[in-house]
Amino acid sequence: MTMPPESGPGFLKREAVPVVVFALLALLPFVAVLGAESYLLSLVTRVMIFAIAALSLDLILGYGALVSFGHAAFLGLGGYAVGILSAHGQTDALVQLPVALAVSALFALVTGALSLRTKGVYFIMITLAFGQMAFFLAVSLAAYGGDDGMTLSGRSRLFGLDLFKNDRAFYYAVLLALLGAYGLCRSIVVSRFGRVIRGARENPQRMAAIGFPLFRYQLVGYVIAGTLCGLAGFLLANQAEFVSPAYMTWQRSGELIVMVVLGGLGTLHGAIIGAAAFLLLEEWLSGFTEHWKMIFGPFLVLVVLFARGGLMGAIRRLGGGGHG
Amino acid sequence: MSMTLLYVQTLNGLQLGVLLFLIAAGLTLVFGVMDFINLAHGVQYMIGAYLAAMFTAMTGNFFYGLALALPSALAFGLLLEFLIFRHLYDRDHLDQVLATFGIILFLNQAVKVIWGAAPLSVPIPEALSGSIRLMDGLLYPVYRLAIIGSGLAIAVLLGILVSRTRIGMLVRAGASNAPMVSALGVDIGKLFMIVFGFGAMLAGFAGAMVAPILSVEPGMGDNLLILTFVVIVIGGIGSVRGAFIAAILVGLVDTLGRVFGPQLLRALMDPSAASQAGRALAPMLTYILMAAILFFRPGGLFPAKK
Repeated sequence: MTMPPESGPGFLKREAVPVVVFALLALLPFVAVLGAESYLLSLVTRVMIFAIAALSLDLILGYGALVSFGHAAFLGLGGYAVGILSAHGQTDALVQLPVALAVSALFALVTGALSLRTKGVYFIMITLAFGQMAFFLAVSLAAYGGDDGMTLSGRSRLFGLDLFKNDRAFYYAVLLALLGAYGLCRSIVVSRFGRVIRGARENPQRMAAIGFPLFRYQLVGYVIAGTLCGLAGFLLANQAEFVSPAYMTWQRSGELIVMVVLGGLGTLHGAIIGAAAFLLLEEWLSGFTEHWKMIFGPFLVLVVLFARGGLMGAIRRLGGGGHG
Repeated sequence: MSMTLLYVQTLNGLQLGVLLFLIAAGLTLVFGVMDFINLAHGVQYMIGAYLAAMFTAMTGNFFYGLALALPSALAFGLLLEFLIFRHLYDRDHLDQVLATFGIILFLNQAVKVIWGAAPLSVPIPEALSGSIRLMDGLLYPVYRLAIIGSGLAIAVLLGILVSRTRIGMLVRAGASNAPMVSALGVDIGKLFMIVFGFGAMLAGFAGAMVAPILSVEPGMGDNLLILTFVVIVIGGIGSVRGAFIAAILVGLVDTLGRVFGPQLLRALMDPSAASQAGRALAPMLTYILMAAILFFRPGGLFPAKK
């Protein structure tokens, strides 16, 4: 495997954080047996699902500098693929998952091809517009619950077996998906393709002058990110056994951006840590007061004003790793 | 489909368009002059509505309430500018999106804490209550006409301010090339503050004006904010004229699309499919319009930057 150029002296040191994170996640169910098992499992499963979504966004946002403000649409598409298929009696994951991924990929291909024609602020706005379209489409699906959403008859089956019904089995399935998504993103980032994407972030004119058709590279990146987020949507619908248009509000897209930036842009494992920090902070603060947003909002402003590089930046500084 | 319905809905669309313009005017200038994405602009609209509701309840008169709400909205906007926004002008768009997102979370919750989660209602002022007969069989509420009238009057004033005065000239110059204006010796920080405060007050005015006809509730600015972004992107960022035309366009398309979209579709397909498709398509119309305009004119209709 090629070493990422910015890894510098310590590849192991750099990979230490994700190794620790995944080890902790793998061990959690054994600890959870000691108390509050179902609460802990469902909370951390949710964290991991959003980590996949944030990871996929980091791929285009952190590495490609494409600020997509409609990424939550893919969560909804993946979720509704599960919901609509199971409403018609098709509950096998072997059918649901490919459909969820294909729908997300197709949506990403079409909207990406249109959005990537624009730059900067206009890109933010047009992805927002597509996200809103998906949202209103879901609201209008009266046959599938409309505004209120729909409750699933149960989790997806695998080869007709109720494997995911067990919370612990589902936890490990999600962990496996997260690990796979992380591995995929990591190998994309260090590949030649990933370097072109990063080059486009640093200096699009120069990359174009060298002769790379940037539009095509960015579009492929956008489709990969959208498809991965569709996977997160598939898992989220299964976890909650419920889908609703609330999956794809623009506020949800904003939260995904918050997760990525909170963890640290363009680090991949930062996205996982950011998702965990966001959801655990939400859980923790809402335990104190129903007005937790009054604490979280100013916290966010302070992070932007004073903590550049997010949590991963802070960890790097603590570890004395210099400027990364 | 009767002509009366068409007229009423056109007026409703015009009213939405005027409101959108009041919010969009400030946003497009802040965006154009300072290159600053302010997601919290919708919150200014909400604050305006709450202030109007509070002062109206205190004084017992909507016009006193409005007169007190405007300077308060201005002061609040300036306070936000001083505390937070001025530290974000030279940051990238992502930082701005995040910080202003945090402000939305805070303020939406704060109004819930201060005024409660239940919607407030403001009575329509006595002088502007009732309906007026515009033509045979066409009654329209006076208050809604007042909104349209005051919005159009402000649009005209703003147009004169931007195109005829010295400060307007600086604002236009700032929208097309802010560093150059600064290099020519204009205190750009002061200019930013004036534009920002003015924009906040206009959004607050829009909120105060709709307080009697909509329910005043937390988060009321969120969805309108997104429509406002659609407006300024269609109009071209930094252009007040573009914002006006786009606001009226979006207001009409959104309102008429929701009412007549399903009816037009019914001519093409069977009724149940038409109402289903109409319900799905109508709210999407404005976004489709925006995507189409950006596809053909990536800088909007009247881009301020060359």
